[in-house]
Amino acid sequence: MSEAVVQGTPEVQAAPNVPLLQVRDLKKHFPIRRGVLSRTVGFVYAVDGISFHINKGETLGLVGESGCGKSTAGKTVLKLIEPTSGSIEVRGTDITALDKSHMRPYRREMQIIFQDPYSSLNPRMSAGAIVGEPLTIHSIAAGKEKQERVAALFDRVGLRPEHMVKYPHEFSGGQRQRIGIARALALNPSLIIGDEPVSALDVSIQAQVINLLIDLQEEYQLSYLFIAHDLAVVEHISHRIAVMYLGKIVEMTDKRTLFDMPLHPYTEALLSAVPIPDPRVKRGKRIILRGDVPSPINPPPGCHFHTRCPYAFNRCMVDAPPLREVQPGHWTACHLHEDKVTLPLAKPAGAA
Amino acid sequence: MVDVQRTAQEQGNAAATRRDDPILQLNDLKTYFYSRDGVVRAVDGVSYYLNHGETLGVVGESGCGKSVTALSILRLIPDPPGRIVAGEILFEGQDLLKRSESEMQDIRGNEISMIFQEPMTSLNPVLTVGHQISEAITLHQGLSRREALEKAVEMLRLVHIPEAQRRVHEYPHQLSGGMRQRVMIAMALSCNPKVLVADEPTTALDVTIQAQILDLMLELQEKLGTAIIMITHDLGVIAEVAKRVVVMYAGKKVEEAQVEDLFEMPSHPYTKGLLGSIPRMDAIRGESQGRERLQEIKGMVPSLHHLPSGCLFEPRCPHATDQCRTAYPPLEDIRPGHLVACWHAEKLLGEGP
Repeated sequence: MSEAVVQGTPEVQAAPNVPLLQVRDLKKHFPIRRGVLSRTVGFVYAVDGISFHINKGETLGLVGESGCGKSTAGKTVLKLIEPTSGSIEVRGTDITALDKSHMRPYRREMQIIFQDPYSSLNPRMSAGAIVGEPLTIHSIAAGKEKQERVAALFDRVGLRPEHMVKYPHEFSGGQRQRIGIARALALNPSLIIGDEPVSALDVSIQAQVINLLIDLQEEYQLSYLFIAHDLAVVEHISHRIAVMYLGKIVEMTDKRTLFDMPLHPYTEALLSAVPIPDPRVKRGKRIILRGDVPSPINPPPGCHFHTRCPYAFNRCMVDAPPLREVQPGHWTACHLHEDKVTLPLAKPAGAA
Repeated sequence: MVDVQRTAQEQGNAAATRRDDPILQLNDLKTYFYSRDGVVRAVDGVSYYLNHGETLGVVGESGCGKSVTALSILRLIPDPPGRIVAGEILFEGQDLLKRSESEMQDIRGNEISMIFQEPMTSLNPVLTVGHQISEAITLHQGLSRREALEKAVEMLRLVHIPEAQRRVHEYPHQLSGGMRQRVMIAMALSCNPKVLVADEPTTALDVTIQAQILDLMLELQEKLGTAIIMITHDLGVIAEVAKRVVVMYAGKKVEEAQVEDLFEMPSHPYTKGLLGSIPRMDAIRGESQGRERLQEIKGMVPSLHHLPSGCLFEPRCPHATDQCRTAYPPLEDIRPGHLVACWHAEKLLGEGP
């Protein structure tokens, strides 16, 4: 790896013992407008008050089903979508209210990789130009130096530098995703948000990209916010995992605890629903959730999950449980664990 | 679900097929696409069979020909550019490739049905779901529109759609993804077909909904005795629903085995690679904090325009030798019911994934 590619970023100073990213009570409500006057008739509560942090070199996995707000959360953290309320802090500095020019140094710090490698690369730009564009925009390198940097990036993500002149359609899906990763790495970011970065890839290619992401993380001490719906993939790449349901985080802990001892009924059902690629595994009765995820336009009162929860009792229908730290490092939003952790979930102590 | 036509046909066919013969058998099927850049051999000599009431899993990555095989069974390959150039598709002993188009129309949706991956694009957006389900019923079973609509409501109840009486008058966009897939299943099963071809039926769905749909398919299979071909790239789904598995790579069958054997003793390097490359949620329950590297299959699937000579997996295979570069390996039984197309299958058998 050449020195040219990876350098420190002096603009943003690190403070000790402060997480790289701290998100507090982040909300994004999209207004629904109707009629000739475009009056706001309601809101889509896409992200409805989430808080989490990510340390340097750490991966936080964000899982949930479609429509739970996980992608919106990722884009709002980057301020690609303006948050409705809440705060985003990078190394202790609140960036929520920063204007475009003050955001610039932070933009270098935070990059994103998208799901669809077909629509996230400009088809009229060569692969080399795509990867080099951030260097031009941030006036970091030009001319020969830029070419060298781009070549080094290509090499690092497993593409041949002579392919810089090719256009996106000449690459396979996996290679395009590598171009997306090279583009994200170009500015030596500290945080990369991956929005379903391997979901569109075949399993054998998916393994290559996951391995590459883990290698890059270890090499450059990158932090990842890894957004995906595939629990097995998230489990593999993450250190900690947050589970989202209808705009809220319902459980968050280190991955080992999450898989061994899920405390939220939704997490439990989600884990139970994943098919295990081993025909010998005879698991207990699978928990099959009834119905669909309710609309985020009109989320159910009380706990959002009560309409599908097998353990719901009266209080769940009126009273929304807050996200609480029920054990050190283990956060969950469920009335079952109000006083103490109640396990197994199947015999809810609070159900009267 | 008595079907007068069906009973007559069964009697006619009774002489030709016995109950323990496969209900569907593909023999050396070749489906090619003719493009300006040359011939694409999407399916190149694939054989497999499906027993009565059985679930056969067909697994492979994009472009391996698993879906084209399925479309060939129903003779739904657009011609041009595609054409079934050789082989047989025996359904109850009769070759479907010799049937006329109008005979095929009697078979599609009636004897053999299909569910597709994308419920939104495979349902007609301007017709109510009741209309779409009853279309097949009026066509194949000769019921009146009103009777067919009643049957449609009954089918919606069978696939556990709540308020079926009301839902039957709704349009596809008013339903969620999982509901639409239930409607697709209701439609596919409305004429009580003997074979159901399911092409990635749960791929577009969330896991909790996927669990509901797989559960439903197995429940209905038990109830109706339908034989299912489950086409998917998801080895987890295969492990849960299939009895026997066919693994495809670049238009060819590379391995076939009972599901337990395939996962326990995969013998083709591609199958081994596939099993090694999936992140395993069950692995974490062991001791490690688990961020081991996944096993990679280097390189990528060859372009069907420029296939390597010899074994098609050779450029990516860690075990490749000169023999692999010169000749395609034959499919051989390495154990009863376990077929592998690899020159080194004997050596690799039982080495674990």
